[in-house]
This record gives sequence, C-alpha cells and structure tokens, in this order.
Amino acid sequence: MSELLDLARALLERATGAEEMEVFLARGVENEVRAYQGEVEDLSSSSSAEIGIRILVDGPQGARVGTAYAGSLDEGAVAEALANARDNARFATEDEFVAFARPDGVAAVAMDLVDPGVAATSMDEKVAMAIELERLVRGGDPRIRQVKGADYSDYLSEAAIVTTTGIAAGLERSGAYVSVEAIASAGDEDQTGWGLSVGRAPGELSLESAAADAIRRATRMLGAVKPPSAKGVAVFDPRTAATLWSIMGSALSGDAVVRGRSFFAGRLTETVASELVTLIDDPTDPRHFAASPFDAEGLASRRNELITRGRLDRFVYDTVSARRAGTASTGNAVRGGVSGSPTAGCRALQLVPGDYDQDEILRHVGQGVFVESITGVHSGVNPISGDFSVGITGLMIRDGVLAEPIREVTIASTLQRMLLDVVYVGRDLEWLPGLAAGQTLAVDGVTLSGS
Amino acid sequence: MSETLVAPDVLARVLNESMGRGADFAEVFVEDRAAQSASLDQRRIQELSSSRSRGAGVRVVVGETTGFAHTADLSESGLLAAARAAAAVARGGGGGVAEVALETLREHPSRAEVPPASVAKSAKIELMMRADEVARSRADAISQVQVGMSDSTRRFVVANSEGVFAADDQVRTRFAVSCVAVGDGGMQTGYRPLAATRGFEFLTPDAIEDAARGAADQALTKLSARPAPSGDLPVVLAGGSGGILFHEACGHGLEADAIMKQASVYAGKVGQRVASELVTLVDDGTMTGEWGYLAVDDEGRPGARNVLIENGVLTDYMWDYLRARKEGRASSGNGRRQSYQYLPMVRMTNTYLLAGDADADEIVAQIPRGVYVAQLGGGQVNTATGDFVFGATAAFLIENGRITTPLRDCNLIGNGPEVLKRVDAVATDFSTTPGTCGKDGQQVAVGCGQATMRLSGITIGGTSS
Repeated sequence: MSELLDLARALLERATGAEEMEVFLARGVENEVRAYQGEVEDLSSSSSAEIGIRILVDGPQGARVGTAYAGSLDEGAVAEALANARDNARFATEDEFVAFARPDGVAAVAMDLVDPGVAATSMDEKVAMAIELERLVRGGDPRIRQVKGADYSDYLSEAAIVTTTGIAAGLERSGAYVSVEAIASAGDEDQTGWGLSVGRAPGELSLESAAADAIRRATRMLGAVKPPSAKGVAVFDPRTAATLWSIMGSALSGDAVVRGRSFFAGRLTETVASELVTLIDDPTDPRHFAASPFDAEGLASRRNELITRGRLDRFVYDTVSARRAGTASTGNAVRGGVSGSPTAGCRALQLVPGDYDQDEILRHVGQGVFVESITGVHSGVNPISGDFSVGITGLMIRDGVLAEPIREVTIASTLQRMLLDVVYVGRDLEWLPGLAAGQTLAVDGVTLSGS
Repeated sequence: MSETLVAPDVLARVLNESMGRGADFAEVFVEDRAAQSASLDQRRIQELSSSRSRGAGVRVVVGETTGFAHTADLSESGLLAAARAAAAVARGGGGGVAEVALETLREHPSRAEVPPASVAKSAKIELMMRADEVARSRADAISQVQVGMSDSTRRFVVANSEGVFAADDQVRTRFAVSCVAVGDGGMQTGYRPLAATRGFEFLTPDAIEDAARGAADQALTKLSARPAPSGDLPVVLAGGSGGILFHEACGHGLEADAIMKQASVYAGKVGQRVASELVTLVDDGTMTGEWGYLAVDDEGRPGARNVLIENGVLTDYMWDYLRARKEGRASSGNGRRQSYQYLPMVRMTNTYLLAGDADADEIVAQIPRGVYVAQLGGGQVNTATGDFVFGATAAFLIENGRITTPLRDCNLIGNGPEVLKRVDAVATDFSTTPGTCGKDGQQVAVGCGQATMRLSGITIGGTSS
C-alpha cells in the first residue's frame, strides 16, 4: 500500500513552484467468471494501473485547472499526462472558487476494507461458485426454463490521492459479487428475475439466497397482467427504494444546488419530506458497501445528516462547490473513476429504519402496487425539474397482501411530492451495492398508468 | 501507422502462444485511444481534460469456454503473459504446436477531414463560448447553460488465429448543449447533442448555433408544460431520436447472444411476421460519418448493412464472431467492445427504420387526441419479455389534429412485438440521431434513425387522466 502512496508522492516532486499538483493513482486486479449450462462461458482475469493528474495555476481572477489521464504508470504515459494537464490548465477560465482540497483537521476513521479471502480463494473455487449458482437456479423450480448467465466477480484494488497542498490518502479495498438472471416460463409466457449477493470476499456470499431471490422474482411474475390506470400507494421493495434514494441523492449535491440545478435549491431548513424521512449519508459506516475512509479528494469521510424528520438540513459538498456556496467540504467529493474530476455527491446513503416489517406495511396499506423492479430511470426521471416516471414490474396489493403480478405499467409523480408522500418506512434495511441502502418504503399519491 | 502499435511478427507469436495449449480460436486486439474533452458551465471554461489508453486484450476460445486477459504492457513479453493468462482456460488441452499465418493487413485510415488533433484548443473553446452566448440570448429565463465537447481518436489492430488482420482508425467528435430555464412552476431542461464519426468539419457555426437555440427553446417551451397523460393514446414520434423506439423495442432482442440463449421474444421467429408491413428495419455499420459507423468491427469484420425486418417479416439477427461460428455462418459485422479491456459481444451500429411515403403533417392531422414526441431521451428493454420503456424529453398533446400543449418529461412503456404491429404510418422525412448504448456494463456509440412515425396506441407514463 504505502508503495503506491510513495510512488504518488514522488510524482509530486515534478510540480513546478508556480503550480499545484494532484496525483491520483489506482491499481487493481479483477476476476470474472460466467457459467452457462454447467460450464465456464467466459473467464477473465486482469490487472490494471491508472493515473489521473490535475494541475492548478493561480491567476489574478482565480485558479485554472487542467486534467489528464493515462491507463498506464509507465514513464512515457505519465510524462505525456503531466504535459497534457499542464497545457490544458492554460485554457480554463480563471475562477476564484477553484482550489484543491487542503487537510481540514478531520481524522479519517480506520476501516479494514480488504478481506484476504479474495486473494486466498483459488480460481477453481471461484469457477465452482458460478457453476453452483447456475445449478441452484436451474434446479430450484421446474418453471425455470433458462439462466441467462450466472456470474461471479471479485476485485482487489488500491488507490492513492496526494496533492502539493498537503493531502495524502491511501486506500485499499476488496469485493466479491455473484449475480444471476433467471427466466421462468409458463406456456408462451416468459418472466425474468434477478438475484445477487455482495460481500468483501467470496466467503461472505450466499449462493442460496441469490438463487432463491432470482427464482422467486421470476416465478412470481408468471401470469402478469396489465392493470387499469389508478392513483394510490406504491410500496417499493428495498432494492427499488435504494434506486429512489440514489436519485434523491443527486438532487442533494451541493454542486447541483449552487449551480441552480436542483429542486432542493433555496429550501434549507424547510420541510421537504414526511417526518418519517431521516436521510443520512455515512461512508464511515463499515456495513455500507460504499464505505471508505476518504472521499475522492482525499479528505476524511464523515457522517452527514441531510434530511431530519422531513426537514432539509444539509447538502453535500466537495471543496470547490463548498467554496462557491461559502461553506466547507463535507467530505463528499466523488469522481467517475481515475479520469474524472471531483464533484459533490452523496456516497453512502441510508434512511433511518422505521417500525414495520414488509408484511405489516402491506397490511397497513391495504390496496396499492408493490414495486419490484424499475426501468427507464435515466430516461424518465429528471432531478432538476423533479419529474418522475418509470416503468415497473411488481404485484398488486389487495386486502393487505400481495396479489396478482403486473407488467408493462409505469408509475409517476414528482420527486418533491414523493418525499412528502412517504407513509411507511420499513425496518428491513438491506445493504446493497451502489450508493444507497434500502428498506421497504410506501409512497402515496403515485399514478399507475396501465390499460 | 498501425505497425507502430505492435509488429505483425509479434502478433503472430502471441497468437501461437495463445493457441499452443490446444485452443480452437485466439485473437489479439491492440488499441490506442487518445481523447480530449472540455466543459463550459456558468460562462466559464471549467476544465480541459486529456486521456490516453493503450493496451491489448487477448481472448482464447476452447470449446464453449472463452478465456480473456488484458494488459497495458504492449511489449512482446507483456502480450505473451496476457496470452498465457487467457489460454489458462485450455487446461488439459493438447499442447500442440500452432502456426498462425496472418493475412495482409487491411487498413482503414480515418476519413476525418479536420482531425481533432489539428484543431487548436482555443478554437474548440470559441465554439463552446459561441453556443453559450446563443443559448443565453434566447431569453432571460435561461438560467444555466452547459456545453460539453469531446473527441476521440481510436486506433486499433486486431489479428486472430484464422488469419484475420485488420486495422481501423475511428475519429468521433461530440458537442452537446444543456440548458435550464426557470419559470413560476419551477425549472425545466433542454438538451441537444451533435455527434458524428468525423472530425471537426461537421461542427460548423450554423450547426452549433442551431443546437444552442434548440436546447434553450426546448427548456423554455417546457416552462408551460402540463403533466403528461396516463393510459393508452396514439403517439407520433418525430424523425431522428424516435429511432430509439426500434433500438429498444426490437434491436436488442435481435442480437444473436440473446437469441442463442433463448432469452429474446424474437428467438425462432425468422421468416415470421413480427411487425406492421410498414416496418423495414436495417442495422448499418457502413453509414459513413454516422455515430455508429465503423469500417471494420472490433473483431476485424467489415461493417455491413443488414436488413433485420423487411416489410414486417423478420429476416435475420445481428451476429458477432462467436455466435456466428456456433451457427456455422459469418459474422454480420456487429462484434463490438468498449475498449481493449472488454470482450466483444453483439452490438448494434446504426439502426433505423426505412422511410415510408406518408406526409408528416398529415400523420398528425388525422389524430383527434394523442401525443407528439419531438425528442426521445433513451430507453431500456427486457429482451426476454419484450417489455421496454423510452423517455420523452420533449412532447406535446395532439388535439383535433393539431400539436398543442407541451408536456412534462415522462416514460412511455410497451411490449416490443405488440408495439411493432401498431406502426400505422411512416413519413418521408428521415433523419438520424446519435446515442450511447449500454449493455452488460459496456458503452458503445450507436446511431438511430427514422422518419416521423405513428403508433396507433401505446401507454404514456404521465400523471393526468
């Protein structure tokens, strides 16, 4: 680990006196196995190394930044990236708010995110897991006609972020993942279901629960109908609720807010949600798969309460958006990989659990629609205007229990209304891959569009 | 040019090493991609960014199993190490001696007239500033303008154990304007992309100003938008981005990987009627300059024009090397990958509906009540059930044959085979639109196209009754 940090620090010595420099190094190994019909369909095993360099130059009206990336740590690639970053910095507009992060006195929480199981497990055992997962699904129910793919993947990665402004953050993590997509059939009808299990090492994965989830989701959709249009309560399962919170999270970005691209702009301290909603971003919670001691600028991660009992308390900031807004970074710099530049974003969302399990919520709701999968998030949800319209599959809720499956329908509302219309929050918090955890969530006032 | 990536004799030795343990097929794909991007926000050039990725992916096929490894080390020893890693799937194989003989290299120099590298960064910035100025000048209600620009030069050489040896030089350039308008009812957004497999020659001042006006006006128009209706209505899709409908409604379901796993509603339906007879659908990698254009695909197969549906009858699927080999046929030139770090798979190129002979205005005039979709913003499909969604980012009510009130963003939902049968008019005004298609975690550039077209009914995912 410290080797990568040392390498990054050594590169900082190339900065001239007239510039600040940030070096982001990442290295990793990845394995992926796909099983199909009892055999290995694809097996890939790869390593990669990447560097991102940012150069900052101060001027009379503010700072300019230039960025460059290389998919190799070879001297030639690094030298080219440095030259490009320097040249690119000449062309940015000077901006008084642009700056690199500086140490802010917040200590990073120690976290052990590497499980030796990833390295200690042989490739043969990993292959066997993918094959076994497929077998469990194919053999788990006579209505399962096909398994599109049963996948195992894992990674071991390390990263270092250093700057001439005093940042030095090193990070190592591991992860393992299985997923499977099942196709259930009855007559001419096909339905699909997807199951997964996530952990920091293969030993934490449950093939049985991933298989059971895929089978249950595929088979219980058989016989799905297109219901008539209606308006009422939608109950989201933990996975689809997590998708919803990820969308809400993008509107809580301080960068979106300060640029006037969030429907939350100007609403701090107002009631924006039902009092059942307390939304927290906490990458220091080791149970969250997105947990990490540092953000993408190398500042310590911290717990931020964003909405407290419905009241909008805080946005999340990286260094630049915080300066624009006249506040301090909340440790929420995120980037799209080593080549991306930091911006502000939620990192590890969780809603404080409520009092009910899923069955109780269904019973209280009585009539409505239960949402098990969502499609079209990138095409039908607009976190600037708040418009929300997505395709779903799921089941009708009748007399407080799950009834017939439904398909080819949409649900629609606005993000603003949905927050206010939260009527039940489950206690069944589920840790999921991605930036949000989820639990059963009931939202009123949702339009179901069908036949 | 391509010789500078890796010498032919080295590629042959890497293939020999890959085949050495008794594989059926081996391939080495070497890529060098240089890209530049820039963004403008709040009247400032935020940042210019450069990236460079060079590396090779080696795949080895043994029976039904594919082994894959990639490396950024293009030295002979680095490539041989990747070959051995990929060939590890051939355990217990024969260990025979392979002698791969490569064909003469087929090269395809870029046809970009103004290569991105020849354009000064300051000139690129001028274009972005101009777009910002034009968009803001439309109205004071335009509160935010973002302009993004990117170009990439992707050179690759691919060689395989069957002797295929081809190189391509793909230059893609993209320019997009996003606007936010503020009104009494909140904020609305507008967006216009320009993208082509060309150099900067297509980014003329006219094209850029037109995109800026289009993005600004779309946001302004939507300020008076009402919630979209819910339920089934006739829908007219404007030319261009309406092609996304076919990309989702049947394009993905006609990819041979889904077909061979019996995970598509179109499996086993070649020769059958699957759409209205007005539907002739083509996937065409040879459309020079289009966003999904390619001289050769990422397996070295020449891009091709493939008719998928002819007058409503399913004629063929799209194929990559591996899927085609299993069927004892040739690839259709649809084997693509995001980069050397990924395995190729079946992907679309430019997918479009051939124009019909109806009049675009007449198609609208015949509808008493319906929805006119001026711009689609992407979609998603489940190929096994055929259910798909696509988003309307600019839509209007049709009342008594006239386009009237603007509608807020919403998704439309349908089932591919059912929707294809409801195409009841296709006009003559064909145009195309660029998009990014994601599948199994890989993004590739694709084009979509169609003329103004009508569906007799589809479900609109709005909130008003």
